[in-house]
Amino acid sequence: MAPISIRNVKKSYGKTPVVHGVDLEIRSGEFIVILGPSGCGKSTLLRMVAGLEEISDGEIAIDGTVVNRLEPRQRGCAMVFQNYALYPHMTVAENIGYALKVSGVPKAERRQRVESVAKALSLEPFLDRRPMALSGGQRQRVAMGRAMIREPKVFLFDEPLSNLDAKLRIAMRAEIRRLHRRLGATSIFVTHDQNEAMTLADRIIVMNAGKVEQVGTPEEVYHFPSSRFVAGFVGSPAMNLLEGRVNEEGAFVYDQGRNIALSPERGRAFAGHRVVLGVRAEAARLVSPETPGALPATADFIEELGASRVVHADFDGLPFAVALTGNVRLKPGDRIGIMIDPDAIHLYSADTGAGLAAPARMPSKSVDA
Amino acid sequence: MIERTPIFNLVCYTILALGLVIALLPFAIVIIASTLDLHAVNTVPMPLTPSVHFWENLQAAWVRADLGNKLVHSIIFAVSVAAGKVILSSMAAFTIVYFRFPGRYVIFWLIFITLMLPLEVRIVPTYSIAANALQPFQAILDVTGLTSLIAYLFGIQVKLEWGLLNSYPGLVLPLVATATGTFLYRQFYLTIPDELAEASKMDGSGPVRFFLDILLPLSRANMIALFTIMFVWAWNQYLWPLLITTDPKFGIAVTELKTLIPSEFGLPDWNVAMAGTLIIMSPPLILVILMQRWFVRGLISTEK
Repeated sequence: MAPISIRNVKKSYGKTPVVHGVDLEIRSGEFIVILGPSGCGKSTLLRMVAGLEEISDGEIAIDGTVVNRLEPRQRGCAMVFQNYALYPHMTVAENIGYALKVSGVPKAERRQRVESVAKALSLEPFLDRRPMALSGGQRQRVAMGRAMIREPKVFLFDEPLSNLDAKLRIAMRAEIRRLHRRLGATSIFVTHDQNEAMTLADRIIVMNAGKVEQVGTPEEVYHFPSSRFVAGFVGSPAMNLLEGRVNEEGAFVYDQGRNIALSPERGRAFAGHRVVLGVRAEAARLVSPETPGALPATADFIEELGASRVVHADFDGLPFAVALTGNVRLKPGDRIGIMIDPDAIHLYSADTGAGLAAPARMPSKSVDA
Repeated sequence: MIERTPIFNLVCYTILALGLVIALLPFAIVIIASTLDLHAVNTVPMPLTPSVHFWENLQAAWVRADLGNKLVHSIIFAVSVAAGKVILSSMAAFTIVYFRFPGRYVIFWLIFITLMLPLEVRIVPTYSIAANALQPFQAILDVTGLTSLIAYLFGIQVKLEWGLLNSYPGLVLPLVATATGTFLYRQFYLTIPDELAEASKMDGSGPVRFFLDILLPLSRANMIALFTIMFVWAWNQYLWPLLITTDPKFGIAVTELKTLIPSEFGLPDWNVAMAGTLIIMSPPLILVILMQRWFVRGLISTEK
């Protein structure tokens, strides 16, 4: 358990910058997920914390000690790799116990600790097997065991679940969460899978193109995305984003020429600005096309998600997703109407993508719930 | 694709069989000749049916060529060369693949270029250094004038001497460096995922630990293949051992073959010579047969 401070950390390969100045304070025992598309620098940031990548500029401190110049083994971190990186010639027990062997822990104690870790991960029946003879999920658990045995101050996970099938991934997610609750070590988990991020994180850090876009709890990131990028990246389906302009009357005019009403004070505040309007699929309502104030659209296809359904509509040539509630029957080509609640609208700057205005409250529950 | 071409198949098999006969015929003649007596081996044409004198020919060859001693020398020599090559090339490749230092490409290519400079090309300078391993240092001292300075100041004439003739180091060391082996190891290390090195770093092991605990066990098949090839190669070395083992007591088996070859005016006992040949070529043959499985695995792929 240790707090981690990342202060203005930069990384560049030669002249190519990859991470442009990241500042983060991670509290002791916190579970942090770094979320971002591939190539956004999230793994590089993790590897700089681990000591596998040199820090070009800035400082990383673990437990108050600046670790920039320390070897990985001196930093007290353990890491789980994407493809497990198990030693193929060693048995499961040897794999798990290798770190202890290196640090010269006597054999008897080593065995006992390996056994207790194996027990925690239900790996006991496989201790004498080679990694080759294990399934993907078992290998994953061995990799976790190898990280756990050193009782590290910090756990680092580099997309550890992306090689597993969907069902196993969900099971391992729960297992990682449980382990974290039990061990309480500060954890940093890198992923490009937003479901993973949402379910695991105490706080999510959304990264894009080497910069931190937003830091917040999963709820904050979902309901109050602070930039256009986060709005489009987090959530499934992604937030509907329409580019346009706020006219002098304070209504949003998107590029096809139709108006969407904004609340009067926002309309006044941003009159004349070029903005991007964002609406979550579940914040828009499906109504009959004749309803006054409804925006006319055509149903394109219906995504059946089991518990819920999403209509992907064609909105004057733009895609627009609306969550379906109740037992509405729709088929592709049907004309529909979309109602947008002015209070549920997010506004982003069209030039910088920065957030201009967010809904005053979280839909259906309050922020501090 | 399945092809039904019986005539073509027949032609192929015939060519293959012919090739096999051509390859094996000399061995057959050696084996048959080693079982004949003096009279039979000198009749023209030589009989092609084995006779019963195999054992006595072996004994004669063993005693005449002092094979008891010479085979031991040969084994020590070939094992040292092969082991030396494995150790040196695994370590050289480790440095080249896993460490970033200025000039590592230059070093790699320097090693690679030595493929073009086999021992035969550099044999005179190599012999001269083997005769006095400290000669290069002496030369440096002479050229810089330090020798005369020391002679002037202390009245001592510096004369560095460390002869390696007629010794195992002299026999083995010049043959130990190997570009082929380094290249083989380099290719193998490149197939090992980087995460393995990173995982061991996170586990707290330094480079030496990683080399000993992870890389060497993983390269076992590779190691055996390289050892086998190099053992056979070293066993068959002729020129260098002939030059450096001037003392007849210190010779190795292959160079000792010449004592078995009948001289112009001596007894033409080719049967004994052939028996000696058989004895001398058997150790590498046995090794290859024993190591065959590993050997093939090490060359074609990595252990998955």
